[in-house]
Amino acid sequence: MDKPHENYIIDDREAGLFRVNRRVFTDPACTEQEHRRIFEKCWIYVGHESEVPHAGDFRSRTVVGRPMILARGDDNVVRVMLNTCTHRGAMVCRQKAGNARTFQCPYHAWTFNSRGQLVGVPGEESYSDAFSRDEMALRSPAQVDCYRGFVFACFDPAGGSLYDYLAGAREYLDLVADQSEVGMKVVAGQQSYSARANWKLLVENSYDGYHGLPTHQRYFTFLTDIGVDMKNRDMSSPPHQKPVDLGNGHAVVEYQSAWGRPIAHWVPPFGEHRKAHFEEIRRKFENRFGKERAFRICETSRNLGIFPNLVINDIMAVTIRTFYPVSPDYMEVNAWALAPIDESAEDSALRLDNFLTFLGPGGFATPDDVEMLETCQRGFRNREVEWSDISRGMKREHPSITDELQMRAFWRRWNQLMTEPQIRRARRAA
Amino acid sequence: MKAVELPTRQEVEDLLYKEAALLDEWRLEEWLEMLTEDAVYEVPPTDVPEGDSRNTLFIIADDAVRIRSRVKQLLGRFAWAENPHSRTRRMISNVRVLGPDGDCIMVTANFAVYRMRYESVDAYVGRYDLKLARVDKELKIKERRAILDNEALRPHGKISFIL
Repeated sequence: MDKPHENYIIDDREAGLFRVNRRVFTDPACTEQEHRRIFEKCWIYVGHESEVPHAGDFRSRTVVGRPMILARGDDNVVRVMLNTCTHRGAMVCRQKAGNARTFQCPYHAWTFNSRGQLVGVPGEESYSDAFSRDEMALRSPAQVDCYRGFVFACFDPAGGSLYDYLAGAREYLDLVADQSEVGMKVVAGQQSYSARANWKLLVENSYDGYHGLPTHQRYFTFLTDIGVDMKNRDMSSPPHQKPVDLGNGHAVVEYQSAWGRPIAHWVPPFGEHRKAHFEEIRRKFENRFGKERAFRICETSRNLGIFPNLVINDIMAVTIRTFYPVSPDYMEVNAWALAPIDESAEDSALRLDNFLTFLGPGGFATPDDVEMLETCQRGFRNREVEWSDISRGMKREHPSITDELQMRAFWRRWNQLMTEPQIRRARRAA
Repeated sequence: MKAVELPTRQEVEDLLYKEAALLDEWRLEEWLEMLTEDAVYEVPPTDVPEGDSRNTLFIIADDAVRIRSRVKQLLGRFAWAENPHSRTRRMISNVRVLGPDGDCIMVTANFAVYRMRYESVDAYVGRYDLKLARVDKELKIKERRAILDNEALRPHGKISFIL
């Protein structure tokens, strides 16, 4: 037990016990290692193609602590560029968003085009023949790729393809991307918030079915108050509920939910006048995908965790949420709403309204989640209590979404990435 | 149409100071009485401060039903983020009566709201844009928009009380 790589988790499949050492939430050395072994090794979400819809559009993003530019070049290619001048370091883009033909460094006026190529150097004749504009183009992460509009970057050139990395999560991204024939878009308005808690607590929380009723009782009371029938759906029973380990640390919980879904699960608060419209949307999905897939898209909700720090919850609306540790006990969180590009203004307004009933830092649920994570983090100061328990449902043949299978999928991958280099070193030494 | 009777700045200040006191003292039922029946309460996202909640993802966009539900929740046991309640202290200043808007009155004011909880102090800084209406001569709040100057809710994490 004294070797650090052996005591992050206890995974006793025979006994059905799974424990996580709370030091992983509090130890700065652990957060430092996560930067190297997880965030610089995995595919990390940067943004959505729809956020830069036109040639020349750009957005500043901080990803894995780095200032980056998500940009669509004049060649219509979406790129991710590291926002630092290749000359002496200044950020070449200091606007949050916009449209530009060029990025000009304010320090010495080096100019880069929308593809990141260096196109202007004042006094270039002072450089030797060894100076090459090509070499001095804006840099990008080792790999950048896109899956159905979701743009990811990977700092590890040997990190494999995004397609393989996403593994079973692709099917669930498809269920979101298929909600429109012309594509999905990120709606204007970014929810930028934080939590005074370790980032992995938000991973656990984002697909934790067990906490739903106790933590969010106020939300379910609200639903009852506005006329949603809570009795006809027991979210934790089969057949339409399951937690799934999607491979590579990704996991999802899928279930029939009581709340309305703007993509076509009608509930009374949406208004009688919308009922027929929802049935029509539903029929369109049935024609496109058949009854079963249409049912999944319209009626079931999904909380999807893509390792390590991307959450796409397709619940009472679709939210994209990503977060990053500034320190062991503090994370920054960014969240957006995703919607069909071709949704009517009225449907879009309903979607955003439904989003805010639960989600976001002013919703009727997210603030209580943040509160719970923060209270866990403070609780961890009691170092005498070493382990958190994630054993729920471990020995069940058919785990439910109120079990903790999805978290164990995350933790096993996390532990593998965190300990593998040490284990390899130990093997080499032996 | 009869022109709306504009209030004096002092009348508006009295209204805003009373509102601030009721909110700081968690007298939320009494605060609701300061609103019109159809009042809305909005907090735009920090990156689109002048947005429209119908096509922009806000932080808060409560209609009349949700404001009342929010108050009920905050005064109940299960709004964990505010149970126990935060301490808040509101500074309201730079009050201006901008003029009439139909039969309503447009008012703006600056705010600094401090929230104290678990030994942290978070400052919410911004501007209120208010639409006031006279209901039986009494000045009431019909639209209440709190526009944050904070670039993000960091390290605040949330807006769990009434801003």
